[in-house]
Amino acid sequence: MKYIDEYRDSTAARKLADHIARTATRPWTLMEVCGGQTHAIVRFGIDQLLPDEVTLVHGPGCPVCVTPVALIDAAIEIAQHPDVILCSFGDMLRVPGSSGNLLAQQANGADIRVVYSPLDALNLTKENPDKQVVHFAVGFETTAPAHALTVRQAHEASLDNFSLLVSHVLVPPAIEAILGSDLNRVQGFLAAGHVCAIMGQAEYEPIAAKYKVPIVITGFEPIDILAGVAMCIDQLEMGTAAVENPYARAVQAQGNTTAQLLLREVFEIVPRQWRGIGEIQRSGLGLRPRYHAFDAARRFKLFADKEEHQHQQCIAGEVLQGIKRPHDCPAFGKACTPDSPLGAPMVSDEGACAAYYRYRRVTVSGV
Amino acid sequence: MDQSQAKQTHPPWPACPVPINDHGVIEVAHGGGGRKTHQLIASVFIEAFGDPLQTLGHDGAVFTPGAEQLAITTDSYVVDPIEFPGGDIGAMSVHGTANDLLMCGAQPKYLSAAFVLEAGLPLAILRRITASMRCAADEAGVTIVTGDTKVIQSDRGDGMTITTTGIGQVIARTPIGPAQVSDGSAIIVSGDLGRHGIAVMCAREQLDLGNAIHSDSACLAPAVLPLLDAGLPVQCLRDLTRGGLATALVEIAQSGQVDIEIDEQAVPINETVRGACELLGLDPLYVANEGRFIVILPEDQAEHAIALLQTTDFARDARVIGRVTQGKGNVSARTAIGTRRVIDMISGEQLPRIC
Repeated sequence: MKYIDEYRDSTAARKLADHIARTATRPWTLMEVCGGQTHAIVRFGIDQLLPDEVTLVHGPGCPVCVTPVALIDAAIEIAQHPDVILCSFGDMLRVPGSSGNLLAQQANGADIRVVYSPLDALNLTKENPDKQVVHFAVGFETTAPAHALTVRQAHEASLDNFSLLVSHVLVPPAIEAILGSDLNRVQGFLAAGHVCAIMGQAEYEPIAAKYKVPIVITGFEPIDILAGVAMCIDQLEMGTAAVENPYARAVQAQGNTTAQLLLREVFEIVPRQWRGIGEIQRSGLGLRPRYHAFDAARRFKLFADKEEHQHQQCIAGEVLQGIKRPHDCPAFGKACTPDSPLGAPMVSDEGACAAYYRYRRVTVSGV
Repeated sequence: MDQSQAKQTHPPWPACPVPINDHGVIEVAHGGGGRKTHQLIASVFIEAFGDPLQTLGHDGAVFTPGAEQLAITTDSYVVDPIEFPGGDIGAMSVHGTANDLLMCGAQPKYLSAAFVLEAGLPLAILRRITASMRCAADEAGVTIVTGDTKVIQSDRGDGMTITTTGIGQVIARTPIGPAQVSDGSAIIVSGDLGRHGIAVMCAREQLDLGNAIHSDSACLAPAVLPLLDAGLPVQCLRDLTRGGLATALVEIAQSGQVDIEIDEQAVPINETVRGACELLGLDPLYVANEGRFIVILPEDQAEHAIALLQTTDFARDARVIGRVTQGKGNVSARTAIGTRRVIDMISGEQLPRIC
């Protein structure tokens, strides 16, 4: 399959791994930002090809993992209204709120639909004029443009039964929060290729310069990830800290300017709570005042500012900041499994803990 | 058919004198056990299935099994939508149960079929489904000899559910099952994976992926019986339904207390199915099939088995994908880039990812 097979080629992978092994002269810690990359690393065993000098830690880029409990609870509360259809992307349904998840609400009779695109939610709105349709707008800069588009279309069609429960977060402020922490050990970043396909690379330049870290825009296939690691290690060994883009087949330096305009028209930058991390200033998107009519939190009067609760044993916050790895958690695979997760990273396939549990629980010999 | 315990979902009206076709849909009265039920049995079920043992009007079927060993299995079928590209709930309910018998080394003989119909189901659809069941039964060499019908109020089910129980005659010369699996055996898959799951998902969610994907729903008899007839030392057979190849391998490894290694690159997957899985964030190893199975047998017999399998249309892609080693129930895969990963059961259903 084109664009897949050539990026999963074992000879090319071995070549890049050899290059990394030859180049790395001392220990380096890199963070892949996106959960999709974490999933690929663990699924393909990419880290098994890396020399001991290179450690990969997993970043906060799993939207399911960082959506705060208060918003899950809000979604559950909204779904309990008898005249509401709540739409959500599939993997949000399993995430635990403070009590229960959306899947349990669905089993109890709440009308919760899995959608593949927010435009499906808009179609449901038109088909069900007697229902309030609420879409759980989760994700990073990748899903935000489609959500902006639905709001604009709902506005143009004067739909008064559609709203978004917005939980959008942004990557650059999260990277800055990690780099600014006293506990930080990350020396280079693999930036999320699809986020950069929307936003371009400009916002990463000042971060690379200020914190003196290389940032390499990286795709999601094994060869993309190994190439990202190789370029990052090259820079670290040479002592440079630039933004590089080996993922040019998907990312242009300026990003997708049409999507950016749409984002700016519908959303404004707001502070956001990150599950397991806490509030980060200017780290999320909220609807601009002219679109407040489509804000589900306002429509259903849910302004609860709940304190983040993390299970005592769970180290999700440290895992999401790259301070610890899933195996470091005493609850991993014991009290905490995908069947009964204590923290969100054990829920989604993109969550580092779930990926480790699924692909690493048993030590495979002879690799 | 057994109407003695017909579920009363409304006050027991006298049997309605209106002819059955007047409304063209299933009504609650069709489950009442009265004249309408009898009309339905005669005009739909006996019409479709025939009544070779003259038992469909009776409480059960009586037959003489002979001295052979018998196998029995039962399964309920729920699918939304009930008709999808490449199949329907009727064909599935015959294939699935016949296939489970075949996996026990048995030739399917008799089938019962119990229907729970939702009021409002168009009779035309019910007729299509029963015709499809008859067709599937003929293909599988199995006879539908008894059954039951209940009707529930509308909006309580996805149109209909079917439960089939099958009885088969064991023809395998040696026991077949995970306990027989031994170190060094080869694992053969009969064809490409994931078609059924993706076809149903596309039909249900109205996803247009360009090239339509058809379910692989099929009776496995034409592929399995030649293996058994040839007397190949088959250790285990397993049809790959819900949970896909991955779940079947984990079940076999755990109950047989062996390790299994597969080569992910060797597993055949149709390009459109692969594309759909990449797009939706699904792992094709876990996607459902309805017409695929694995055979485990000694490595030196693999070539012979593949040659026999490849004479059947839907098993033309049959190939070795892995082998059994000594161990404690672990399954692993060699990835495309030459590393290894663990294969485990997943918690619940695969859900499409956000991005």
